[in-house]
Amino acid sequence: MKKFAELIKDLDSTNKTTEKISYITRYLSTANDSDKLWMIFLLSGGRIKKNFTTPELRQWTVEASDIPQWLFDESYAFVGDLAETISLVISKANVISEYSLSELVGMISNKTKCEKDDTKQSIFDVWKVLGRGELFAFNKLITGGFRLGVSSGILINAIAAHESAEQDVIAFRLSGNWDPYNTTYSALIRGDNESLNLSRPYPFHLAYPVEGNVQDLGKCDELSAEWKWDGIRAQLIRRDGQMFIWSRGEEIITEKFPELSVASDFIPDGTVLDGELICFIDGKPLNFNVLQKRIGRKNVTRKILEEAPAVFVAYDILEHQGTDIRKESFDSRREKLEEILTAKEHGSVFRLSPLIRFDNWSELKNIREQSLEMRAEGLMIKRKDSSYQTGRKKGSWWKWKIDPMTVDAVMIYAQAGHGRRSGLFTDYTFAVWDNEKLVTIAKAYSGLTNKEIEEVDKFVKANTVERFGPVRTVSPELVFEIAFEGIAESSRHKSGIALRFPRISRWRKDKKASEADTIIELRKLIKK
Amino acid sequence: MLIEFTSSGIFCRTAGVYIDPSKPVSKAIITHSHSDHAKRGSSSYMTCKKNIQILRHRIGNSIDVTGIDYGDAVSINGVKISFHPAGHIPGSSQVRLEYKGEVCVVSGDYKLEYDGLTEEYEPVKCNTFVTESTFALPVFKWDPQNEIAESIKKWWSRNKSKGNVCVIGAYSLGKAQRLLKLLHSDEERVLVHSSIQQINHVLRLAGYDIPEVKTYEQSMNRNELEGAMIIVPPASLSADSFSKLEPYENAFASGWMAVRGSRRWQSFDAGFGMSDHADWKDLNEAVLMTGAEKVFVTHGFTEVFARWLKEKNIDAEIAGEKSLQVRTDSDS
Repeated sequence: MKKFAELIKDLDSTNKTTEKISYITRYLSTANDSDKLWMIFLLSGGRIKKNFTTPELRQWTVEASDIPQWLFDESYAFVGDLAETISLVISKANVISEYSLSELVGMISNKTKCEKDDTKQSIFDVWKVLGRGELFAFNKLITGGFRLGVSSGILINAIAAHESAEQDVIAFRLSGNWDPYNTTYSALIRGDNESLNLSRPYPFHLAYPVEGNVQDLGKCDELSAEWKWDGIRAQLIRRDGQMFIWSRGEEIITEKFPELSVASDFIPDGTVLDGELICFIDGKPLNFNVLQKRIGRKNVTRKILEEAPAVFVAYDILEHQGTDIRKESFDSRREKLEEILTAKEHGSVFRLSPLIRFDNWSELKNIREQSLEMRAEGLMIKRKDSSYQTGRKKGSWWKWKIDPMTVDAVMIYAQAGHGRRSGLFTDYTFAVWDNEKLVTIAKAYSGLTNKEIEEVDKFVKANTVERFGPVRTVSPELVFEIAFEGIAESSRHKSGIALRFPRISRWRKDKKASEADTIIELRKLIKK
Repeated sequence: MLIEFTSSGIFCRTAGVYIDPSKPVSKAIITHSHSDHAKRGSSSYMTCKKNIQILRHRIGNSIDVTGIDYGDAVSINGVKISFHPAGHIPGSSQVRLEYKGEVCVVSGDYKLEYDGLTEEYEPVKCNTFVTESTFALPVFKWDPQNEIAESIKKWWSRNKSKGNVCVIGAYSLGKAQRLLKLLHSDEERVLVHSSIQQINHVLRLAGYDIPEVKTYEQSMNRNELEGAMIIVPPASLSADSFSKLEPYENAFASGWMAVRGSRRWQSFDAGFGMSDHADWKDLNEAVLMTGAEKVFVTHGFTEVFARWLKEKNIDAEIAGEKSLQVRTDSDS
């Protein structure tokens, strides 16, 4: 655990990618295989299986640390990170023992509900014998994820360097749902078990937002445009007579879309398509909200299939006749994609994302204006000669989104941030006017500069009206412009509406609370 | 009651004196020379003798100031006033007021651990104790000074081997000199920012033993600074450009750095949880040692500490709740 704790500390203390990679490589060269596997799992955001809840863990901390619950809560509100708070309030160990990462994982995870008391005792025992750094790493392990700014790219880079392997190969092996409880480091990384690979997606190629002038992207005839669909990015995989659907969140979602099971009739074996899942009715996409609701349901009922049928809008092909063709140009891949999707009558479930012809930028600009009608988020622009790359790469794919919608809203609640922004009030809840009352419409975290956050923080501290645990009610004075990508009916919020991707676009210091928008104005934006 | 909390600060009506007033008054008693405790504009000042030079340096040479030795007492309108080491920074004191057998101690800022530079904290028995609460959360547990010094030195030597210069932020009065004493040796190159150098000079005049080191100048050649540690005030850490020093790393020495979130928020390369305030354990210990029946809690986590003490059956309350102005904190 000492080495792992050191790795965590080192990763935490640098922002430089090259240093992060070298720290991970160093760990890989010293740790045993099972520790390596767990490190990879944890740094990719994996969580161990545990038989206790976070509130129970807090309760146990209170028992072990001899401070009252409220004082623990105050401490947590200030520190902003549960694992760190626990580490700081637990008494320092007198005798330090050495456990390996996988030993500790074994002690506290994968136990049944009945063994809860055992787990509690193990945690208490471990707390008594770990040094400070190890304690923090251990508590991170039992509270949830390690967020250390280690992107999958960094991890892949480090493993590839350690294994002297191609990065693409490692990325491929790490993508998808592998289970650290049922595999080994060498099976995962060195691919001893080829049948595992049957369902694996490729890492997604992500687009860069257009910054500055769109004309600067290149010559019109070297570029290709299409709608940026507002759905779930997914890969459809047909191999060995089977079909798998992977979301960009690297989850298998095949079961959620039974209507796509007809793929075997239309899409030949040895094919991987990249596209967007969207709900589609009468030749028109539905609001994203419909899809989101559908994803949240445990069972896909007939009613859902009728009300919100899904289609797969394909825009790229990564594997053709069993061969990885990602290195081919976009043009050549597109040709193959069109061949497959037009060769047979494929019904309405599989659709080709149409290419948009344009001769000059002003033409494309006009087309972009129609995004809302198409229920698209804007346009995608791709270089015709671009290969299909891994992750977010500059210079070949761009997303050119339409300007977001905005609303002027009043801040009414504030909460201290977690992690990097702990101790400062950074999470705000916003409201608009419903006659004489303010109704909440959104929570937003980002969008202010550090300096502005400090200013708001001061305001919150000086203008707290009420406190509910970590949440402060503040006097409704500050007005912010909130930008968002979509709006829909919702029963979850008091206001009856939900915003998609709300964030603060600017602080309207020029406006008084009374000048904020009303719910009636906001409702007008909902598209039926 | 011997003291009351007014909008100008802590006031002893019987003696007609304010302690660390936030506004100009006629008679001000000053616990120490940090800017949130020592304000300009009062007609006369009284402070501990060791603090006179420092106070003049901070708020003006022309002030009318009387100095009292630690432990000595003066009497104003029957109130016996004396100064006792607070262990916070050089020349800092707790102010003890005694009137008709009742004793009140205003502690200013304090720490219990001896830092090798500041006069060691002295527990003073009293009926009423006014305590700070800057770090009154159980998450604040300082490592012993020698351990912190070790980790700073480790950071330094790691940087030296990478060819980096080290820039460390520390409050220019107190913390900077404490660091300087810990880090300076014949073999090691420590430099200080000019504002710290001025205070070093003042402290030497006041009788403190501060190592003689060079002032860091913007015009210095990068070669001259190879392997050096430069101590600068916190404001300079974020405001000044050290790009000429590349490659370099920066760090901040402050109690707040004991929490990872604050470290990351300010995005320093390193943070060292070194404070001139008492941590949770020492705040509790200090309160117990006074044997006070009544405790007033001032700036910091006032609500938390007052509630905690009450649950321990100590009659505690937040000093002046609303009437005392919220002061901007300056940790040291």
